Amino acid sequence: MVPFAGWLLPVQYETGVIAEHMAVRTKCGLFDVSHMGEILCEGNSSLENLNWLLTNDFTNMYEGRARYSPMCSEEGGVVDDLLVYKMEENRYFIVVNAANKDKDFAWMKAHEKPGTVFTDVSDNFAQLALQGPRAREILSRLTGMQSIPQKYYTCIKTGVVAGIPCIVSKTGYTGEDGYELYTDPSKAAELWEALMDAGKNDGLVPCGLGARDTLRLEAAMPLYGHEMDDTVTPLEAGLDFAVKMEKPDFIGKEALVRKGPPERTRIGLVAYGRGIMRERERVYAGNDEAGWTTSGTYAPYLKKAVAMALVKKSSLQAAEFTVDVRGTRIPAHSVPLPFYKHA
Amino acid sequence: MTETKKLYSKSHEWIAFSNETTAKIGITDYAQNELGDLVFVNLPETGSTVTAGKQFADVESVKAVADVYSPVTGIVKAVNEELLEHPEKINQDPENAWFAEIEQITGREEFMDKAAYDAFIASEK
Repeated sequence: MVPFAGWLLPVQYETGVIAEHMAVRTKCGLFDVSHMGEILCEGNSSLENLNWLLTNDFTNMYEGRARYSPMCSEEGGVVDDLLVYKMEENRYFIVVNAANKDKDFAWMKAHEKPGTVFTDVSDNFAQLALQGPRAREILSRLTGMQSIPQKYYTCIKTGVVAGIPCIVSKTGYTGEDGYELYTDPSKAAELWEALMDAGKNDGLVPCGLGARDTLRLEAAMPLYGHEMDDTVTPLEAGLDFAVKMEKPDFIGKEALVRKGPPERTRIGLVAYGRGIMRERERVYAGNDEAGWTTSGTYAPYLKKAVAMALVKKSSLQAAEFTVDVRGTRIPAHSVPLPFYKHA
Repeated sequence: MTETKKLYSKSHEWIAFSNETTAKIGITDYAQNELGDLVFVNLPETGSTVTAGKQFADVESVKAVADVYSPVTGIVKAVNEELLEHPEKINQDPENAWFAEIEQITGREEFMDKAAYDAFIASEK
């Protein structure tokens, strides 16, 4: 168990990180991610407020739809990245990183428009993530079709699973199909037990923070504090799909326009020498320092040492990169992201 | 080669002497369990000198790197190259997954027998 943002979280359960990782890729895993923060955004001006506060565009979202967005500072750096669900007109449910929750909430309150109210409801929600190719089958044993969202990035806000009311969302942070269930904390243990029991013959295993990190990294999903932070813009981090520059205005837009096209970018590296790249290691293109790794690990499913790195765009034509792994230059080549995409 | 009984160090290596100045070294079951799934190992070169209490190898799990300390001073006679391809053997069978065989041993750390080591790790928890 490790302390994390005021929570005590398991790095791994009894089977270990690799077995947990492989279970999610081939069968199913269950994560307790109740540490994530939840914030409600309500009121007549809530859409307008979100479109100004966040880089993505929330116009034309239908109820039950989820949308990912960075939240920028005036300087164009990233305050946090988050998920916004439209629960109904003028009512949005926002899920943020645990370590940033207090900062995010303060930032939202400081940029609250008249006619909008942000409320920190983190203590009202536990979150369990059921992830893997068998997730749907396992979930369907505990609920009817009306509680299982069909499309990726949608949710059923009035779902009932094992008799427990939850928001059932078809989302995740593993690169696999799966669901995230938001429920009352007093019901979370019961929901966990019901899911574990429903999946006991499917190879469902409990998964900790360790596998959550290796899974998201293998799927090249960015993590705040690694691929981006307040010194990295979402454009540099390769999150342009969630930055709508055509919107009339949003916090950080002016800085992003002023900075122009980004001079550095996020790439994927696969080591072909011996060694495992970790975060914050120097990346070289030939003899020139090109940038640094933002996350790195041994990817258990691919069985390769992989890293994401933030490098100068001018270094991209390099045939080969090397990464300084504790004093040794490990050769690596750049590959398209994600490293892993499920079939 | 007849191995005498295993001895253990406070930094969680085991050592098995085959004679007064030759021994194989590895890491304990407690150590591998603390480290988690190992996916990479660096071993010293044959013929190189290792020093008691100093790093001589490292192991990496998916999450972290850990140094492995030599419990003796001597010369590396052989390394277990199988571990380079199959570091998971350290997790599966730590007491047989030797890292290196050291000869011409001239110095050593303090060692414990199994009972003393078990008491030591119990007190660490």
